[in-house]
Amino acid sequence: MDTTKTQPLAGSERGGQADTADEFRAQVRQWLASNCPQSMQKPLVDFDDRCWGGRHCVYASDDQRVWLERMAVRGWTAPEWPLEYGGGGLSKEQAKILREEMERIDARPPLSSFGLWMIGPAILKYGSDALKKQHIPPIVRGEIRWCQGYSEPGAGSDLASLQTRAEDRGDHFIVNGQKVWTSYADQADWMFCLVRTAPDVPKHLGISLVLFDMETPGVATRPIKLISGKSPFCETFLDDVRVEKNQVVGEINKGWEIAKYLLTHEREMIGNLGKNTAGAKSLSELAVAAIGVDGGILRDPSLREAVARWEVDMCAYELTAERVVDEARAGQGVGAASSVLKYAGTELNKRRFELLLGIHGLDALAWEGEAFNDGLLASQWLRSKGNSIEGGTSEVQLNVISKRILGLG
Amino acid sequence: MALILNEEQQMLKESADGFLREVAPVEALRKLRDERNVDGFSRSLWQQMTDMGWPGILIPEEYGGLAFGHVGMGQISEACGRTLTASPLFASAVLGASALALAGSEQQQKELLPKISAGELLLALAVDEGPRYDPLAIAMAAKKNSSGYVLNGAKQFVVDGHSAQTFIVCARTDGAVGTSAGLTLFLVDAAAPGVQVERVIMADSRNSAMLRFNDVVVDRDAILGELHGGFTPLQQVLDIGNAHLAAELLGISLEVFERTVKYLQERKQFGVIIGSFQGLQHRAAHLFSELQQARSVVLRALQGLQENHPDRGRQVSIAKAKVSEVAQLATNEAIQMHGGIGMTDDLDLGFFIKRARVAEQLYGDHRYHLRRFAELSGY
Repeated sequence: MDTTKTQPLAGSERGGQADTADEFRAQVRQWLASNCPQSMQKPLVDFDDRCWGGRHCVYASDDQRVWLERMAVRGWTAPEWPLEYGGGGLSKEQAKILREEMERIDARPPLSSFGLWMIGPAILKYGSDALKKQHIPPIVRGEIRWCQGYSEPGAGSDLASLQTRAEDRGDHFIVNGQKVWTSYADQADWMFCLVRTAPDVPKHLGISLVLFDMETPGVATRPIKLISGKSPFCETFLDDVRVEKNQVVGEINKGWEIAKYLLTHEREMIGNLGKNTAGAKSLSELAVAAIGVDGGILRDPSLREAVARWEVDMCAYELTAERVVDEARAGQGVGAASSVLKYAGTELNKRRFELLLGIHGLDALAWEGEAFNDGLLASQWLRSKGNSIEGGTSEVQLNVISKRILGLG
Repeated sequence: MALILNEEQQMLKESADGFLREVAPVEALRKLRDERNVDGFSRSLWQQMTDMGWPGILIPEEYGGLAFGHVGMGQISEACGRTLTASPLFASAVLGASALALAGSEQQQKELLPKISAGELLLALAVDEGPRYDPLAIAMAAKKNSSGYVLNGAKQFVVDGHSAQTFIVCARTDGAVGTSAGLTLFLVDAAAPGVQVERVIMADSRNSAMLRFNDVVVDRDAILGELHGGFTPLQQVLDIGNAHLAAELLGISLEVFERTVKYLQERKQFGVIIGSFQGLQHRAAHLFSELQQARSVVLRALQGLQENHPDRGRQVSIAKAKVSEVAQLATNEAIQMHGGIGMTDDLDLGFFIKRARVAEQLYGDHRYHLRRFAELSGY
């Protein structure tokens, strides 16, 4: 698609409004040209290129800090959030123009955060005005880094059976329990956390979503080592942690609805992992480089077919992700799209790494040594196994599809 | 282009669906099969399709068509998959009309396209000479003589060849077997001396024909497109054919899937509906996920053809490869999940699985198109 082409604002007459969109695009382009540092006009290569913000943020470079500050001042870290809470206040169409203009120059996202992706949208949708005023602006500015307290040792796929207890003490709760798989808990400033506020009702009806500072006494974290090596995951221990009642998002005991809303977001994020990072080599390019071609044909014919089948499946997945967006914009589409994409995307990513082992042979399984990138590929391969577990297992996604779409059950 | 149908395409899809379900459902194909119908399709259905303008959907307006494009025609192809409707639409209005539109001279187009559009002229495309699709293996010879060319050889599995009045025949005027240079397309009258047509009824109860050419003489102006240059337009015609076969396979897959889910909701064993078993639920949900993806690749391939996208060949191979595999899964799962009754001829499932395999094998199965995808991607 030609992303530089000007489009009239949706729902408006052609003509006058189109000029407004044109003008906005011109302004954005000019502003980006003079404000986005050169070193930030490069595709993200890996996770560490992202800026996560927070109290303890260590910027990879001055440019990274400056880029975040400049975008945050305009609210363009959260382009569509309301102006009054520090967001960009842009319409969907304007946000699309901003996105397109950033993509045009390969501008990196100035900020990546669970605040922007998850708890921010949830607070805006379900939270009180006071909560919005307190939490949204620091999220936009990248000052507070959030982590998600969902899973527990006894509550994985069956998340609603969580046991972390919040005892009502009048104006506050006292929280006791343990969370697990808390990404970046050891680096985060605040947690959004699912707790049980009513023990004697059906499990979905006694859950609340609460917010607390990770520096509150009684909060402790411990990193988890995975089969792939170091990981961002932590165990989080909550021992008599005081949480103010005004830090409940939405109503008490009605947190499950918000939890489900957030899980949909998470699913979409994880499902997109299989996508190639811009500028990265495709699977077939890697295969050609490692194995070579004979008369233009990959030397291993069985691997050639497997790679082609994967690439075809990947195209089908990417087109489906595109179609889901197009349908949503047109107000059409089937439900459970996020479950389909999560299921298909993570299974594809696992297949990709198995094929990479086939392509690189034992090189892919070396664990140490500079010549082998310190076992990066082996570690990524092992890490991919978790994709179809985290954020709802493949089996849970299939349950969702069969119950909600197919009416089986 | 957004991956959705516009309003007109959506309307065509709905009206085609409704029309075919009412007038040409699977029972109609069963009837044609059981009475060994001479044409293999219903002439009155063809007339009704013609009245709606379907044979002219891909034909320019100046030649009596609707110029509605591949996305629109693809909705009809998909609907025909759901009902397994037999008609000359694919052979004549998709393959034949596209070959003329892509390679025909102004004179040929002016003469033939209005007749195709009016449903009067039925064309058939004669490519393969063996059971597995391989256009480079064409060996049929067209030798120059004083006034034109003399054709000798045989063609197999010509879709609707027994009911066509005119064949588009791909023959070798030059070059060795195994190469693309030297192939030429000819328009050959089915009644020309030396042409022998033998109907072959396929497993899907649709028609295919074996054609034999014994010293068949054609004029120089029977050449469609350029002498020795037939391969390029042939590829494009077959891309078009494969995109519409993929749309048909999508329709087949969706239909058997919906019938299967309905059965899972009704059939009781062990005192419960079998759809309550997770072992079946997960297989159905996996299939749903695959079908969603099949839908996306088909739409992109049709759009690619419609806008003449430079990557359309690859898009078509992606679609044919993906949908063929999904259709295998959908039809196999349909029979397995229906159990014994799925094996009976009384149920329609057999018609679907038979048509699915024929449509897959026509012009390259999933393995062929995976190889072509790899080749076009540079490996």
